[in-house]
Amino acid sequence: MNFLADINNALPEAILVAFGLVGLLVGAIGGDRISGLLRLVAAIALAAASAAAFVQFGRGETISAFASAELAPEGLYRVTLFTLFAKGVTYAMAAFALFMSSGFLKSAQMERYEYPLLIVFGSLGAGMMLSANDLMTLYVGIETLSLSSYVLAAFRRDSIKSAEAGLKYFVLGALASGLLLYGSALIYGFSGGTGYAAIAAAPTSVGLLFGLVFVICGLAFKASAAPFHIWTPDVYEGAPSPVVAFFSTAPKIAAVTLLAHVMFVAFGPHIASWQLIIAIIAALSMLIGAFGALMQNSIKRILAYSSISNVGFALIGIAAGAEAGAAAVLVYMTLYVIATLGMFGGVLALRRGGKSIDAVSDLNGLVKSKPGMALGLLILIFSVAGIPPAAGFWGKLQVFTAGIEADMLWLVLVGALASVVSLGYYLRLVWAMFMKPAGEPLDRTDVSVAATVAISALIVFPILTVAIQMLLSATALAAGG
Amino acid sequence: MILTLTTFLPLIGAVLIMAVRIVGGASAAGSASKGIALLASLATLGVSLVALSQFDPTVADYQLVDEAPWFGGSSYKLGVDGLAISLVVLTTALMPLCILQSMKSIEDRLAEYMVAFLVLETLMIGVFCALDLVLFYVFFEGGLIPMFLIIGVWGGKNRLYAAFKFFLYTLLGSLLLLAALVYMAIVAGTTDVVVLQEGLHPETGALLFPPEVQTWLWLAFFASFAVKLPMWPVHTWLPDAHVEAPTAGSVVLAAVLLKMGGYGFLRFSLPMFPEASMLFQPLMFGLSVVAIVYASLVAFRQTDIKKLVAYSSVAHMGFVTLGIFSFNEAGIQGAIFQMISHGVISGALFFCVGVIYDRMHTREIAFYGGLVHRMPVYAALFMLFSMANVGLPGTSGFVGEILTMVGAFQASTWAAAGAALGVILSAVYMLTLYRRTVFGEMTNQKLLDIKDVTPLEFCILGLLAVSAVGLGVFPGVVFGLTESSTSEVLRMIGR
Repeated sequence: MNFLADINNALPEAILVAFGLVGLLVGAIGGDRISGLLRLVAAIALAAASAAAFVQFGRGETISAFASAELAPEGLYRVTLFTLFAKGVTYAMAAFALFMSSGFLKSAQMERYEYPLLIVFGSLGAGMMLSANDLMTLYVGIETLSLSSYVLAAFRRDSIKSAEAGLKYFVLGALASGLLLYGSALIYGFSGGTGYAAIAAAPTSVGLLFGLVFVICGLAFKASAAPFHIWTPDVYEGAPSPVVAFFSTAPKIAAVTLLAHVMFVAFGPHIASWQLIIAIIAALSMLIGAFGALMQNSIKRILAYSSISNVGFALIGIAAGAEAGAAAVLVYMTLYVIATLGMFGGVLALRRGGKSIDAVSDLNGLVKSKPGMALGLLILIFSVAGIPPAAGFWGKLQVFTAGIEADMLWLVLVGALASVVSLGYYLRLVWAMFMKPAGEPLDRTDVSVAATVAISALIVFPILTVAIQMLLSATALAAGG
Repeated sequence: MILTLTTFLPLIGAVLIMAVRIVGGASAAGSASKGIALLASLATLGVSLVALSQFDPTVADYQLVDEAPWFGGSSYKLGVDGLAISLVVLTTALMPLCILQSMKSIEDRLAEYMVAFLVLETLMIGVFCALDLVLFYVFFEGGLIPMFLIIGVWGGKNRLYAAFKFFLYTLLGSLLLLAALVYMAIVAGTTDVVVLQEGLHPETGALLFPPEVQTWLWLAFFASFAVKLPMWPVHTWLPDAHVEAPTAGSVVLAAVLLKMGGYGFLRFSLPMFPEASMLFQPLMFGLSVVAIVYASLVAFRQTDIKKLVAYSSVAHMGFVTLGIFSFNEAGIQGAIFQMISHGVISGALFFCVGVIYDRMHTREIAFYGGLVHRMPVYAALFMLFSMANVGLPGTSGFVGEILTMVGAFQASTWAAAGAALGVILSAVYMLTLYRRTVFGEMTNQKLLDIKDVTPLEFCILGLLAVSAVGLGVFPGVVFGLTESSTSEVLRMIGR
């Protein structure tokens, strides 16, 4: 086994591990005084990991690592262009989420050195699970991400809501992990291996199907797809705002692309068995996400339902199968997380008298007090809603194309219905920002938040609207590899 | 390049205003935006007239084509035929008038208003120029956003309801169109309108859409265009949107946005799905006649002037669909002419309503009466537009109605008879409106010191009056442009 070569092949993760371990040491010595510095370095490390992933993507080869002749001949770790692309976006999103969090952390007195480290370890887990070529590695990656997430959700120790969010997330998440593990065990029993290649080669049997269903349940929970979505609004509502901005971007795209990857690679030959399951999950997610948010007043809960609905749209791409849907899933989720980062981050970073706003009515008259922010959020909201000319529309176009190509017109029609319904609450946000009289003045926006909103708004419109060809060819390449 | 310039010139104006708004603040932007917006819209008008002069009406193909590869089977492709160029010029010609009117009547957040309006102009021109289905869809649905803001921010009391209804109704229709579009893109491998209109696969030469598939695709397109046009029974968003929108918003809505529906039928439904169009002819005739008669009756019962004009729009759009689905030259020429003529006349009527609304801030018919004593010039202009709306010979309204009825008569006597009933009804409600607002004694004390039209208002209404009469006397101006596109449509549906 060539250990150094393996490390080199897993370079993005190696960067994060190195930073995480050194950071822990430095943090333990330096304490919370150096948390600002650690945040900066962590964001740089994440950006470097993202760059490393994209460099590997640019080389255009599938990489295997940590292989062992007897146990895992294909390697425990194997990245394809598809997962490399997803990892690159995941790390970049985490970097931005960290970058924009400083103002909030300061005002909420949450400047602890553990914060950036938890984000880094969470992202590492997300990258690990995407790179897995074996259900065991997959489980280790998921747990690394989940454990960091539980702590992050409860990070605001003096807030009951935050503690409740963390506890809820942990209890339900542990159940989902249990399901996933149980499913993996069944699959091992019936296919004779835990490697993706062994599972794909095994004949379809009832036991394998049971295992498959359990695995889908576990992964759908992580991706917050209905009917495993119940935790999402509560956790989003209770967790600190920058943590929500992180949850809704980096782990989100990682979880959805992971589900796609596992379905396409490990269970690809068994597609007839799971296609309908995923399609139903997609339809339920879209509808529950759309209808659930209509009566909500808390922005965080609305955004939580919006993310459930959008995951549903991405699942159309998974249900369509690898050939038609792989690129669509990547395009959809990439555009979604870019817009979400700006939208969640921007809205959640608005503060009044030092406290984060939460009711929709707190946005009233934003266009008067912060016209630039309101314009940026307008573009981002319409992008998440998938209305052209914002780039989110291209994502919708791609998943609809995949759905129709796979003969699932009904799913596309459900998606169309859900789009119209969900516009009901997106327009409410626009309504509050542009058409209501202004309320009490808001605090100054942090430069980092304003920059993130501006960058993501510029990306979704006009840059990607004009240059969509670039993203599409990159994801088509990723889907092919 | 000229069409790209026409399409995006207003957007450049909008960006400029935004830049001034960010650098100079709200008050500086407010006054600067007037000049920039007017200049941008006039420049757009100028460029579109240049495009018109370069356009050769004797050639049936799409002209002035701008094309660049985009993604997948889609490209950035703009081009016009006679139908499109006449609607583009209608749009660019109305826009400066709308902006002039808004300068006076919009007080709150003028710069933002102008930005929304100029963005809307870009999207509207784009809809008529796009020769790629995806590009068309982007412009078509993108137009919802500025219109939503215009109704929602600068609208009347009940604007929340109206803006949401407008957006959600139209969106539901468009999403079905999107699903159909995606299917067509998969089957044909391209979204080029020219290829899809020919209906043959670009490589194999096989028929793209067999009749049973056409039926479904036609219905999906119908869902979108019927809402936009709007046809009975999905017209209910229109009166709400019209009543709540500011004057210029109503003008644009009636004069241009509604035309997208008729344009869509002519550009997409008929040429791409000829068999299905034939199949649904009775349905379209039925809905058109119901729209004409029902909307006229409803218009008669209205107490709000704008709502009355809005219902009269629904009725007049009924003539457009009637003409289109006659599948003969008179019908289609008449429908196109009716679209242009309705653009001028309904625009003018909404301007007329705006004139008295700006003074009295009410649109109740009962509030007014005897305006002729204080506003003789206004009364004369309003008379002219009312008559044009009724379809009096010598005005543009007459040409459109008579031609669509001639066309419909060749296809179905009953449909033409029903439509003729609508003409009578339109006289009933328009003349009643005119009598109740303009004639009679001036009983309302508040009206005593109402002023006649200002020079600016006179210019706006005068220009529209000249166009309404001019088109009525010389309809050949439009027919010359649209003749070849009409015969193209007829060729493609095999008539």
